Amino acid sequence: MLEMLSYPFIIRALVVGTLVSLCSALLGVNLVLKRYSMIGDGLSHVAFSAMAVATVMNWAPLWVAIPVVIAASYLLLVFSSGNGFSGDSAIALLSTGALAVGIFIISMKSGVNTDINNYMFGSVLAISRSEVSLSVILSLAVLVLYVLFYNKIFAVTFDEPFARATGVRAGFYNFLIAVLTSVTIVLGMRMIGALLISSLIIFPAMSSMRLFKCFRNVVVCSAVISVFCFLSGLVISYEYSAPTGASVVIINIAVFAAFCAIAFVRGRIRIKNEIAE
Amino acid sequence: MKESKKQKKTLIQCDNIAIGYENMTVLEHVSFSVEQGDYLCVVGENGAGKSTLIKCLAGLKKPMEGEIVFSDEITRRDVGYLPQQTAIQRDFPASVREVVMSGCLNHSRLIPFYTKADRERACQNMEELGITGLADKSYRELSGGQQQRVLLARALCASNKMLILDEPVTGLDPIVTGEIYSIIKEINKKYGMTIIMVSHDVKTAVRNANRILHLKHTVRFFGSTEDYLRSTTGKEFIGG
Repeated sequence: MLEMLSYPFIIRALVVGTLVSLCSALLGVNLVLKRYSMIGDGLSHVAFSAMAVATVMNWAPLWVAIPVVIAASYLLLVFSSGNGFSGDSAIALLSTGALAVGIFIISMKSGVNTDINNYMFGSVLAISRSEVSLSVILSLAVLVLYVLFYNKIFAVTFDEPFARATGVRAGFYNFLIAVLTSVTIVLGMRMIGALLISSLIIFPAMSSMRLFKCFRNVVVCSAVISVFCFLSGLVISYEYSAPTGASVVIINIAVFAAFCAIAFVRGRIRIKNEIAE
Repeated sequence: MKESKKQKKTLIQCDNIAIGYENMTVLEHVSFSVEQGDYLCVVGENGAGKSTLIKCLAGLKKPMEGEIVFSDEITRRDVGYLPQQTAIQRDFPASVREVVMSGCLNHSRLIPFYTKADRERACQNMEELGITGLADKSYRELSGGQQQRVLLARALCASNKMLILDEPVTGLDPIVTGEIYSIIKEINKKYGMTIIMVSHDVKTAVRNANRILHLKHTVRFFGSTEDYLRSTTGKEFIGG
C-alpha cells in the first residue's frame, strides 16, 4: 500500500482530494439542510460543459470552469428565490441544458474523447502538476472562508427571515455559499467525475445527520467521514485499478448504511429503556 | 403605564403606506405609529395582510408606497424578530444553545466569532425563559412550546428594545399558549420592551395589548384597547 505513495500523481490526488473532501463535506451540511442537495449536480453539469469548451478551444479548464460555474450558481439562486421557477426545476433546466451544450460542442471536434470521459467519470490522473497549487490555494480559501463565516452561515441556513430581519446580509451569505460550492465542485469533479461529484456533497452530511443532533458535531463528523471515505476510496481504486470517484462513493454508501443501522439500533434501545422506566 | 405616558417616544411611524405582491395590493392607506413601551397587537381575518405588514416592519419586504420611518431611538438592528416556523427547522440538527446564540450575530459585526459577552447574554436569556436545562438538547426534539421559548430567547439576544412576533402561538395547546402569552407580557412589563404581535386570537390579544391595529385591506381600527372594545369594529370582531 505504501508503494502507491511513490507515484507523484497519487500524492497530488491525495492532497487535492483530501482538501476538496473537507470543503464538500462542510458545505454539504448547509446545502442539504437548505434543500439544495441537487445544486451540486446541476453545477457539475455546467462545469462539464465549460471544461468541454475549454478542451476544444485549448484553454486551461480550471480557469474557464470556475467563473462559469460561479455565474451559474448565482443564476440558480436568483431563479429559485425569485418568481416563476421552483428551485428543483431551475436546477434541472440548468443541468440538462448545460450538458446538451457541452455534448454538442464536443461532437464538433473529434479526438478529445479521453478528456471528456475523464470529466464525466473522473480520473486520478486528471490533476496536472501545474494545477495542484491552484487547487490547493482555492480549497484552502474555501475552508478559511467557511470557518470565518461559520456562525453567519449557520444563522442563514437555520432561519433566513430572522437573520435578514436582524441585519445579517442573508443575500450575501447565500451567494458566498454558492461561490464556495462552485469552486469545490470544479476542483472535485476532475477526480470524482461530473456525474458523481454531488454525492461527495450529500453523503457525508446525510450520514452524520443520522447520529448527531447539534450543528457543530454534524459538521465535524461530516468532515471526518468525507476524508475517511476519500482516503479509503483512493486506496481501493489503486488496489483494484477501479475509478477513484466510484470507489469513494461506494465507501460513502457503506458508511451511510452503517450509520443508519446504528441510528436504528440506538432508537430501539431508547424505546426499550423508556418502556422499562 | 400612566406615569410613563408623558415621556413616551414614537419609535416607528407609518404614513399612508401600501403593501402588496407584484401587482396585487394587499393593504393600502395604512397609517399608525408605535411608541416606546407599547404592546401593539395586529388583528384581522385570514388574508387581511397582517403577516405581510409584519414582514415590512421586520425589513423583509419593502412597502409599495410610502415609508416606514424608524426614529433615532431605534434602528433595524435593535429589532428582535420571531418569524413563523419554517419547514427547514423541523428536522434541523442544532442544539438549543446554537440557536439562541445565533441571535447575537447582529452585535458582533466585525468579529466573526461569538464573544464572551454574547455567551453571557445567551445564558441569561435562556435562564430568563427557563430553558437553561435544555441548552444541549436538540432543537428538533423539543415540544412546540419549548421551541417557541428558544426562538424567544434568540430574539431577546438580538434586541432589548423591540420584539416583532408573527403568530407566536400557532399550533400550541391552550396551556402552553397561555404560558407564551404571559412570557411576552412579562417581557413588555419588566423590561419595557416594545412588542408588536400578530395574532389570530383576538380575545387574548385584547387582554394583553394596550394598542390594537385591526386590518382588513386597510386600517379598520387603530387606537387603545379600551377604545377598540367600544368601537363597532371591535364589538363585531370579538362578539362574532
